[in-house]
Amino acid sequence: MNGTLIAIQVFDGLVKGSFYALLSLGLAVIFGMLRVVNFAHGAFYMLGAFGAWLLAQQWQVPFWAAIVLAPLGVGLLGMALERTLIRRLSHLDPLYNFLLTFGVALAVQDAMRLKYGIQGKPYMPPEQLRGVTDIGPAFYPTYRIFAIVFALAVCLLVWYLIERTRLGMIVRAATERPDLTRALGVNVDRWVTPVFGFGVALAALGGVIAAPVYQVTPVMGADIIIILFAVVVIGGLGSIAGAVVAGLLVGLIAAAGQIIEIGGFDLGRYENALIFVAMAIVLLARPAGLFGHAEAG
Amino acid sequence: MPDALLAVDNLSAWYGEAQALRDITVTVREGETVTLVGRNGAGKTTTLRCLIGLHRQARGRIALGGREIATLAPHRRARLGLGYVPDDRGIYATLSVEENLLLPPTVGPDPWSLDRIYAAFPRLRERRRANGTTLSGGEQQMLAIARVLRMGARLLLLDEPTEGLAPVLVQQLEALLLEAKRQGVAMLLIEQNLRFATAVADRHYLLALGQIVDELTSEQVRERSHQILEHMGV
Ligand SMILES: Nc1ncnc2c1ncn2[C@@H]1O[C@H](COP(=O)(O)OP(=O)(O)O)[C@@H](O)[C@H]1O
Ligand SMILES: [Mg+2]
Repeated sequence: MNGTLIAIQVFDGLVKGSFYALLSLGLAVIFGMLRVVNFAHGAFYMLGAFGAWLLAQQWQVPFWAAIVLAPLGVGLLGMALERTLIRRLSHLDPLYNFLLTFGVALAVQDAMRLKYGIQGKPYMPPEQLRGVTDIGPAFYPTYRIFAIVFALAVCLLVWYLIERTRLGMIVRAATERPDLTRALGVNVDRWVTPVFGFGVALAALGGVIAAPVYQVTPVMGADIIIILFAVVVIGGLGSIAGAVVAGLLVGLIAAAGQIIEIGGFDLGRYENALIFVAMAIVLLARPAGLFGHAEAG
Repeated sequence: MPDALLAVDNLSAWYGEAQALRDITVTVREGETVTLVGRNGAGKTTTLRCLIGLHRQARGRIALGGREIATLAPHRRARLGLGYVPDDRGIYATLSVEENLLLPPTVGPDPWSLDRIYAAFPRLRERRRANGTTLSGGEQQMLAIARVLRMGARLLLLDEPTEGLAPVLVQQLEALLLEAKRQGVAMLLIEQNLRFATAVADRHYLLALGQIVDELTSEQVRERSHQILEHMGV
């Protein structure tokens, strides 16, 4: 057990955490605007990663183009899903849309598994970001540093959009008081489809960035969605800042799990358990989450 | 006599099986201020919610400026000039004071500018970057009314704006509503405070058990205030 290992684990935790942040941010925005807990979020993340891989396989599309094209395509797919299915159930108990997106997630995942198998597909980082960088106590893959910085920059940009623009103001208002916002002359429903597409595109963007870090597999979305729910509970449902902070926090908790394992306590595979213990503690101490309002909407 | 700006004709409303409003017929003329007076549970709030379109289990005709609006979505009604101030004031915690003012689109020919609002309420200018709900209750009430004036709404729907306000704030509110009135803004005001109601309004509808039981001038309300207060169970 030494500084090098700890530094690497911490950075790995931050890499994971920045994906969690990006994904739970999309979940939070979607929940705020639609009151839908989008269980298909992990599937869209997986489709983003597969999108990048397929674009490279079929048309030699480089990473820097895939990072735009895959989220765009998957975001449009999300908008179609909202328009054709989610919207039809939106006047019913939110449970219906939870079940619907759960079904969509399973269907998409199995379809991809049938077509491409469960074998992980390697996806190379772009030329400019290969190799390692000196981070002091250790050398660390340059691409992973990029992944952290890029994901957090996107989070910051989304925060700016939500906190500082007129559209963001409408999203916040509709999240807090949908009916009142309508009564004040704002056409809330017009923004529902674009906001859903945007949240889904963020998940896909996470998938593209994750593709060179982890292997691209049909089940990568199922793995991450479970963790995302812990992130959402810890951060507070619908809270933007909470999504980002809790995402990073959960990444670091996962890293701590790894460090304990390496430390010889043999807590291997207890990484997730640690995350859910943290979730339980937050739930008991602050049921609305670290950043949640006691009662919203 | 000026034309009816708002004409509500035989409006009935339900909560499930329970009927809350029975054949409400109310008019508000251009520039006029009209109150709905009645005891708790009489159906005042429900009436306003039907007018703005938030309560959908309703039947009857609602015309604004001669246009039938009963089937329109709430945001369309607001854009035709309705400025809604709900009974809980409806200030957003996640919006700054200034964002609370700027959220609704401007809908009328004569919206108040931010400068004018800030000149009238220096306190709102001071706190314009703070979250809306960090204001005191009275300040939130002013903000809610300033918000619909900034829209340029031509008919304000005000649900008990004086409720819980200190007397000095009630006076400020009176001055503000009278200024809006001079500008030609019409109001449908729910009010339990008869002194306030008669100071700002021209006519009064008495509501009981979801029905209009009487229509009075301010003069008549002053004369019969004992009887009305008794009726309201105050
Ligand atoms: N959400 C609701 N569900 C069922 N009944 C309601 C609801 N809101 C109001 N009511 C009933 O409708 C009637 C009118 O209520 P309301 O319009 O709030 O009266 P007011 O504003 O005059 O005090 C009351 O009998 C009340 O109990
Ligand atoms: Mg009421």
